[in-house]
Amino acid sequence: MSIKQKTLDLKQRMQSALQGGGTKAIQKQVAMGKMTARERIISLLDPNSFHEYDLFVEHAAKDFDMDKKHLPGDGVITGTGTINGYPICIYAQDFTVAGGSLGLMHARKIGKIMDHAMKLNIPIIGINDSGGARIQEGVNSLAGYGEIFYRNTQASGVIPQISVILGPCAGGAVYSPALTDFVFVVDKISKMFITGPEVIRSVLGEEISMEELGGARVHSEITGNAHFFSESEAECFEKIKKLFSYIPWSNKHKAASFPKKAPKTRQYKIDNIIPTDPREPYDVRDVIRAVSDDSDFFEVQEMFAANMVIGFSRFNGQTVGFVANQPLVLAGVLDVDSSDKAARFIRYCDAFNIPLVTLVDLPGYLPGIDQEHAGVIRHGAKILYSYSEATVPKVTVILRKAYGGGYIAMCSRHLKADFVFAWPTAEIAVMGPEGAANIIFRHEIMNSTNPEETRRKKVEEYKKKFANPYVAAAHGYIDAVIEPSETRRFVIHALEISAEKSEKGPDKKHGIPPF
Amino acid sequence: MKKKKTRNKKDMISLMVDDVVYSTRANRKYTARAGYKVPDPDIITSFMPGNIQKVFVRKGQKVEEGQELCILEAMKMKNVILAPREASIKKVNVKEGDMVPKNHVLVELKK
Repeated sequence: MSIKQKTLDLKQRMQSALQGGGTKAIQKQVAMGKMTARERIISLLDPNSFHEYDLFVEHAAKDFDMDKKHLPGDGVITGTGTINGYPICIYAQDFTVAGGSLGLMHARKIGKIMDHAMKLNIPIIGINDSGGARIQEGVNSLAGYGEIFYRNTQASGVIPQISVILGPCAGGAVYSPALTDFVFVVDKISKMFITGPEVIRSVLGEEISMEELGGARVHSEITGNAHFFSESEAECFEKIKKLFSYIPWSNKHKAASFPKKAPKTRQYKIDNIIPTDPREPYDVRDVIRAVSDDSDFFEVQEMFAANMVIGFSRFNGQTVGFVANQPLVLAGVLDVDSSDKAARFIRYCDAFNIPLVTLVDLPGYLPGIDQEHAGVIRHGAKILYSYSEATVPKVTVILRKAYGGGYIAMCSRHLKADFVFAWPTAEIAVMGPEGAANIIFRHEIMNSTNPEETRRKKVEEYKKKFANPYVAAAHGYIDAVIEPSETRRFVIHALEISAEKSEKGPDKKHGIPPF
Repeated sequence: MKKKKTRNKKDMISLMVDDVVYSTRANRKYTARAGYKVPDPDIITSFMPGNIQKVFVRKGQKVEEGQELCILEAMKMKNVILAPREASIKKVNVKEGDMVPKNHVLVELKK
């Protein structure tokens, strides 16, 4: 054969492999409203940047007549490319090939591209669309999952790991996404669960649809497994690109810096956002937008535990991670879910050198039997742990109420915040004035001729004395009481002078966080 | 700033923390939380959903502590449900072959 013939032969082989599961299977995929695996990679990456590897990998199964079957690429596409000009590794399961089922060689391809990502110190993106383990391959498919989980764990906190769920992702398959940093889901396309509706029906006799059990909304709002919810695959890819603009491409780097841009102060007037009555709600995201570059805020887990707001924005072109109580939802209390959500995000930012800015306005922890029984003690402890452990620059701004345990938890001076600022509206106290007055002046109130009147007076007295930032400032727990309009200037200065901050905890293998 | 719906009283709830009542929104999970019920030692319930494979007792029968009441088969495991104390059977709520959800009353006891 001449080179020309050999090249032609290669082209034919490629042509056939690139067909994936063939026209019929592709039509089925399209009918489900889904892109094919290759289309997904191409629309996510920069144009012409995708380079595919292991196209000719064959599956290794022998039993159940599998040796007679040809599965192009063994149902997964792997390769490298760029997003926003930065290099990444990527894999996408191809549902048109044996339902994207995971067998030994399929898993090896994924493992290989993950090893590349680790060696090259660049992010890995996994697009999941798979019926699960390839049952015909038996224990080999279990081995495959295990090796992926191990790599996910090793890579955790070293390189960004992004999971995109664009189809079913069931049984053992869900645990790789769960181990990664961010999970993207798309409405009506993503389905994640350990046991599917059929098993639930036959074993437990309970009826539930796939969508209600583990659809995109459920994981975005109820379980917190997903971090970004989109209406379409195209929107999802735009969000991934946006996320990559905020995060560094490994833990050895800092996030890319952007041109500085002033906030849109006409739209977000910082002096008018918060009601002075601490019982009245407002949207804390307006405060974030009022101080951030271009009033841009990229929220993470928008629907889950909405009483806590987390996400990325920039100050003078540098990425920060925001953690803020949301008085609009459940008065911004800490509870099981919001503690979990914030703690994980704090650890993410700390691992990837992203400074933390914390906005405080909360009444404390959510009271209730359900909360106590759900383990609010150990979940609440996660937030203490992650703030105390974090060594990135930590700047805290107390906007309004900061009562009791909530005050301590929200990156107080005591957990080694680098800078704590308070607005004049701040109320830093052991608890809300009503509760405190009811305890301290209990006898006076009970023994008075007009208990209601005395209670009111005592609450007022307590408020006057303690519901302000100056008691904490007198102890040096607050570095500066600042006008709201000065917030951006103070935060930027604090971050800039902390740029070279270097802090090291005691030598240890690792801590034992309250998982 | 565009007028937000934060003042829409309709979707606001009152939440009390440390004697202070806050006006705020609830989320779906908070609204859906189940109330707590004090467990009644005379009511024997299924600890998980499953299939009643066998019933050993009938109404009015006296049982010893530790005596077998029924077998709840769930997740391929046969769970023998035992009497927590000496009692008589007030009511048997299930028969063999029944599929029961979690927390379903199986047997009621009386002194």
